[in-house]
Amino acid sequence: MNVRSEVIAQFKQVAQEQDKDLAPLKDDLALIDSGLDSLCFAVVVARLENSLGVDPFSTDEDVRFPVTFGDFIGFYEHAAQ
Amino acid sequence: MPRNNSTTLASSIAAAGAPSSRLLVGSDAHATWEELAAGSILNCPPDELAGSCVLLATISQFAAAAVLIQLDGLARRIVLYPPDLSREHLDFVAAITEADLIVSDQPPAESANMRAVRVTPSPKASHLERSNKDVQCETEWILLTSGTTGRPKMVQHTLSSLTAAIEPGYDPARVWSTFYDIRRYGGLQIFLRALITGTPLVLKSSTETASEYLASAAIHGVTHILGTPSHWRRALASPAASLIAPQYVRLSGEIADQAILNNLCKQYPQATIAHAFASTEAGVAFVVEDGLMGLPANALTHTSGVEMKVDRGTLRVRSNRTAMRYMGADSRPLKDAEGYVDTGDALESRNGRYYFAGRLDGVINVGGLKVHPEEVEAVINRHPEVSMSLVSSRKSPIMGAIVIADVVLRTPSIDNGKVASTLQQDILHFCRGELAPHKVPATINFVPSLDLAGSGKMVRRHA
Repeated sequence: MNVRSEVIAQFKQVAQEQDKDLAPLKDDLALIDSGLDSLCFAVVVARLENSLGVDPFSTDEDVRFPVTFGDFIGFYEHAAQ
Repeated sequence: MPRNNSTTLASSIAAAGAPSSRLLVGSDAHATWEELAAGSILNCPPDELAGSCVLLATISQFAAAAVLIQLDGLARRIVLYPPDLSREHLDFVAAITEADLIVSDQPPAESANMRAVRVTPSPKASHLERSNKDVQCETEWILLTSGTTGRPKMVQHTLSSLTAAIEPGYDPARVWSTFYDIRRYGGLQIFLRALITGTPLVLKSSTETASEYLASAAIHGVTHILGTPSHWRRALASPAASLIAPQYVRLSGEIADQAILNNLCKQYPQATIAHAFASTEAGVAFVVEDGLMGLPANALTHTSGVEMKVDRGTLRVRSNRTAMRYMGADSRPLKDAEGYVDTGDALESRNGRYYFAGRLDGVINVGGLKVHPEEVEAVINRHPEVSMSLVSSRKSPIMGAIVIADVVLRTPSIDNGKVASTLQQDILHFCRGELAPHKVPATINFVPSLDLAGSGKMVRRHA
């Protein structure tokens, strides 16, 4: 499964479910400006764990949440390797 | 009506005034109540057990019933060991309850420290009768409930507290049955009710499936039948549900949501669908028969014989039906200084009615906001394709925890591919219309079945 397309699909799905205006998903988009709130991100992470089989934030207690959309995808691509 | 302390179970059978043909039906044996009062299934004279502390650990429910009738008022203490509880706790329970002997239908040497008394298959052939059916000591009845540490908690009752909610009086039109085992509070209530009123009782074997049990209940013409909402959700998923035509269906042990009340009403239009609150510690508190979830506010203040209040969000109960204490040196008090038992069940008031929100110890904390899994399950269960559901928490790096749901569908075959995905979306959409965003499950996972504990309640993993 393509990590990038799955992440994009989940961002769009959750934004639609939660009635949020999603900013265009470019790699330099700051997640804080994406239009999703922290509950949305929690849902995205849970769904990605189901579909990709990884949760990169649960493997290391000290992991810092990514700042940009590109960082976010990088986290999953790295974890899925 | 409170019972007289000088009656024993055996003498209650004679006092019931019912025809002598009324049966106790187990999966392995059956006998009339009179036969059970007269004969013994112990392989030693019951009088030898006078004053003893007895660990009653048969697998057979029928055997346990027969032994209870023989030993009430004779033994100092009877410990009811449920058949589904791991036998690894036998020595621990025996030590705390100071058991002198174990009554068992299993191979010997289960517990090397105690005398073992065996049971015979039937009381009918026995010549080993109890010489005196009157009270020789007021027996302590010890019920086991699941503890948070994995070890059971031991709760002390007397026959008086266990029977305080039971109105004597024989009704020839009744045949009782229950999904519960009689070694647990809910089942024991029905066993005692049937015995005291001289009414037939059909027992469910722990090895019977819901379908097999319902077929057996149908053969014996069961009219009054009890179980947890989870028992009933499973039963209604079986074609065997249509084999019985009960007059009275009662749910207890878990929150009865509106979906299960409606579905039972639809399946059994001729029956009264009631739900009750009872627990091993608090006893029977109240019964609701108006077909709606929750309870009318006046049920809290005007239930005869039971005082109830909501304190710090949970239901507190004081009555002569509550247990006396927990056994064990390090156990906490069972009642507060005023004699109230804290049930740990959160009760909320809305529009003149009280609703159970869930167990206080089961609350999920989503970014500081509380979620009762039972509230979310009640919404999911209203979806027409859903049979039952279990809501739990998953650790979240962002919110601390999030809500997830395991769902059993009414038609398992649609649990595949695109249909499943559409259905997940539909259930989530339904939840979003009914629940605050943090209560909506992040994921819906379709599962073939959900585990029930020996108590008939869904197995919950507390985070």
